[in-house]
Amino acid sequence: MIPAAFDYVRADSVEAALEALTEHGDEAKLMAGGHSLLPMMKLRLAVPEVIVDIGRIAELSYIREDGDELAIGALTRHRELETSDLLSDQCPILHHVAHLVGDPQVRHRGTIGGSLSHSDPASDLPAACLALGATLVAAKADGSSRRIPIGDLYTGFLETTLDPTEMITEVRVPKRPGTSWNYQKFNRRAIDWAIVGVAAVLPNGSGGAPGVALVNMGSTSIRATATEEALGQGASAADAAQLADDGTEPPDDLNGSADYRRHLVKVLTRRALEAAGSG
Amino acid sequence: MNATGTDELTVTEAADTVDQAGLEATGNGDAERMFGQRRLRREDPPLLTGESRFIDDLDLPGALWAVLVRSPYANANIGSIDTSAAAAADGVVAVHTGAELAEDWANPMPCAWPVTDDMVNPPHHPLATDAVRYVGDAVAVVLATTRQAAVDAAEQVIVEYEPLPAVADPEEAAANQVLVHPDLGTNVCYDYDVTPDPDAVEAAFSAAAHTVSERYVQQRLLPSAMEPRGTAAVPEPFGGNITVYSSTQIPHILKLMLAITCGVPEHKVRVVAPAVGGGFGAKLNVYAEEVLCVALARRHGTPVRWTETRSETAQATIHGRGQVQYIELAADDAGKVNAMKVRLVGDMGGYLQLLTPGIPLLGGFIYHGVYDIPNYSFKCQSVFTNAVPTDAYRGAGRPEATYAIERAMDALARKVGVTPEELRRRNYIRPEQFPYTNPTGAIVMDSGNYEPSLTRALEMLGIDDVRAEQQRRRDAGDSKVLGIGICTYMEMCGLAPSRTLAALKYSAGGWEAATVRMLPTGGVQVVTGTSPHGQGHETSWAMLVADQLGIDPDLVEVLHSDTAISPLGLDTYGSRSLSVGGTAVHLATEQVIEKAKRIAGHLMEASPDDLEVVAGSLQVKGTPSKSMTLQEVAFAAFAAHDLPEGEEPNLEAQVSWDPPNFTFPFGTHVALVEIDTETGDVRLQRYIAVDDCGPQVNPMIVEGQVHGGILQGVAHALWEEAVYDTDGQLRTVTLGDYLVPSAAETPGFELDHTVTPSPSNPMGVKGVGEAGTIGAAPTVMNAVIDGLSHLGVTAMDMPASPQRVWSAIQSAERPTAPQEGSAP
Repeated sequence: MIPAAFDYVRADSVEAALEALTEHGDEAKLMAGGHSLLPMMKLRLAVPEVIVDIGRIAELSYIREDGDELAIGALTRHRELETSDLLSDQCPILHHVAHLVGDPQVRHRGTIGGSLSHSDPASDLPAACLALGATLVAAKADGSSRRIPIGDLYTGFLETTLDPTEMITEVRVPKRPGTSWNYQKFNRRAIDWAIVGVAAVLPNGSGGAPGVALVNMGSTSIRATATEEALGQGASAADAAQLADDGTEPPDDLNGSADYRRHLVKVLTRRALEAAGSG
Repeated sequence: MNATGTDELTVTEAADTVDQAGLEATGNGDAERMFGQRRLRREDPPLLTGESRFIDDLDLPGALWAVLVRSPYANANIGSIDTSAAAAADGVVAVHTGAELAEDWANPMPCAWPVTDDMVNPPHHPLATDAVRYVGDAVAVVLATTRQAAVDAAEQVIVEYEPLPAVADPEEAAANQVLVHPDLGTNVCYDYDVTPDPDAVEAAFSAAAHTVSERYVQQRLLPSAMEPRGTAAVPEPFGGNITVYSSTQIPHILKLMLAITCGVPEHKVRVVAPAVGGGFGAKLNVYAEEVLCVALARRHGTPVRWTETRSETAQATIHGRGQVQYIELAADDAGKVNAMKVRLVGDMGGYLQLLTPGIPLLGGFIYHGVYDIPNYSFKCQSVFTNAVPTDAYRGAGRPEATYAIERAMDALARKVGVTPEELRRRNYIRPEQFPYTNPTGAIVMDSGNYEPSLTRALEMLGIDDVRAEQQRRRDAGDSKVLGIGICTYMEMCGLAPSRTLAALKYSAGGWEAATVRMLPTGGVQVVTGTSPHGQGHETSWAMLVADQLGIDPDLVEVLHSDTAISPLGLDTYGSRSLSVGGTAVHLATEQVIEKAKRIAGHLMEASPDDLEVVAGSLQVKGTPSKSMTLQEVAFAAFAAHDLPEGEEPNLEAQVSWDPPNFTFPFGTHVALVEIDTETGDVRLQRYIAVDDCGPQVNPMIVEGQVHGGILQGVAHALWEEAVYDTDGQLRTVTLGDYLVPSAAETPGFELDHTVTPSPSNPMGVKGVGEAGTIGAAPTVMNAVIDGLSHLGVTAMDMPASPQRVWSAIQSAERPTAPQEGSAP
């Protein structure tokens, strides 16, 4: 519970943060809210040489409309997501899921960019963003930036396609007012990560494809593609849900065996789809 | 209506051994009296504002930090230990192995409860020397100028281990295939048998119309105090004394044991427990780190401190529970139980800590619970395992016993075909049977009146409506079903009568000491030997004294938890503080009043017998104008200008009280759970507790104890489990994996109480610290089984995790199919 020694750099701007990342490369670790990184450091599961604290970069904390999308600053805290009227109107699933992350202390510290880039398959926000089809904006010190569909971000447990000198600056989600959606989070204590979770966003006549994404059913947050395809072909919620574990490799741990998770994900997907209004 | 605003249900007439003062004290109904008031705790403002100082808050200039190097293996021989790199690291003052410190120990680590003459107790020292016996067993200690430096250096200590096969399951250990201590040739620590009449037990089973035979597992639990442990040993600058600060429940016992273990004269040791953030029994112990800090402080002539990390809490602080229970009941046609047989396998862990072997036996004499069961057999075999030692955890043996009998009674009710409440009514010890010599012959239960608590709890639930809704959901095929659980518990607490403890081979007594001192300026100092760590003794003891003296409780200071201030005491555990320590305060206050009457009578030329305490004064009965305030009497006693012949100066009294018996609180708890049969998820919807701890000094504190106790018991049933894998690796070392519940999982508790005074002490009071925990686990598990009974589920181990519940439903529905994804 005592972290190894590290150097600490506080960045007050995006530029300063990116410069620090460029200088220290993969010896550095960005810290936003710190609620995932610091526990790992205290257990010495993470031993970064340099912490670049970006938690006070105010310019990256915002939620605004931008055409057909909402643009959310990477350092927008969960607390702001769960209390935003704009998000509630335009992207209610994200508004709801942010409310289910951890506990109030965590939500007052944690940020959407930190949660998405941490690549923890047990986290709630990545699955919600997968179901929504979110896009991330990643910047580098040379001034360049690129857009990454969230489906292309995750490569493994706590691993992403982000370069060590790259930083997520913005999350863009399509506006989905009036869509049917549901999020099922199954856990034993309110503060826990989901044993299994399911995010469902259904087009509801407004165009677009159904999005169904799963929490803690593999080494990354993943889409339930077989379920999505079945829904696209008009399958019932119950039938589509039976395919929810297709292609998953769920973990086997103290909270549940892989087989139990395969069972759970079908039940929860059916409930999510039925609650979202799919026949 | 009483002062708390709740209806008083029943007041059992106290037995005639209660003196008149006791009967008055049981009132709880007199709004004028301080006894029985709902009063905020004086402890809370300093705790909530950060003014209170816990061990890690202490500023100890020059103190070295100790960090222990712990075994990653469950069983291994130690080869070489290379400390050179660590010793050379920045900030490191010394690195010591067990071999280097061997001469620092005058005696091995203490076990104060040799339960049988032939009990096996392997040598146990603060640092292992030749072999490690569990993951977390310490092999070396690093001393450095900062904690950070000590932690970093500890990673550089290189230990060569020769791993050995390990056994963490107690029943496997009992087979002696893998030995925890190969030198001993056996894993068996002791065998114990409480069977007064074996033939009568067998005859009752032969004649039985109904029998049940059940197996229950008491999983290991991690006592998770909010404040982890910590210790600092500080040599005094002159005189050779040493002051030990420790996050402990037992400063007095610790002082004695440090003296014995470290070979320091006891009168040179002072132990102080600063603010202590919970203990739950886990701080009722003498730990390697405490002994090490003393030895290292003496060796290096400098303060040495250690603070536990949360991961160390899992690996270096004792675990609770750890038993496998077999219980059989034999009943007649109507379900009246005539005999019971219990066989335990007790999991001691790798070594014996202070009270380890005695814990299963604290339940062993009361497995009959609240029932009149004439024929009794209890057998226990306790074994070593490659796991953290077990010891006392809130309830200590009694939750386990209560769980077994209460679940078995539900199983019997299903067999007999009556409701659980009806079966209980047919078997309760009846009020007129008290004092009740229990079937072991060793325990006399002084009081009890069980049925009113059951009736009231079921009335609060609305049992008929809830059962109707349960049936409606079943009939409708609802995936979410309801379960109702009932438990009537009793506990034997207030540890206590020294003669009885001697019969159990406990090494110490069970008395408690108090001094009450009226100061010449009107304040009162109360010195108690109890050592509160969350119980609110400062508030309650002040209320007791204020009640007797008729003064403002803010005039009463309660001093405790420092052996220099309170040299006599046996500390706080086993729900003993009020019934033993509070009684000592009560009796000392009575003596102060008697002395004050003698002095005031002398000064007012009145007979002491004609004086009475009225609102802080001594008045001549019937002549209110003739009176002296207690402060005036205290000043007169201090000045000593004019005292009665032979009277000593000063107004104080010291009492050591050894009660004649334990106390026997009881109550009925009822839980309503909702079970999602598709996922196995269990949600606690309502929890009702009707407890009887006798007269309540401060009902608000009682409710706090009951709330916390219930939630700890519910956690036992639904969430908490220390999981060892087959290699003896502990898999639950963080609070992410070990599921301590929060307020979010907790329904509002619905509480009521009955009042049946104990005849064993003058105030009639009983303990309440462990009651909630004792009642809650069987209540919740009975509810889970009840909720699934229509599906054919009859067995379930704790915790009733979603996967375990779901698996039980699957296997019950398809009895021939292999169980899918069975829980670990």
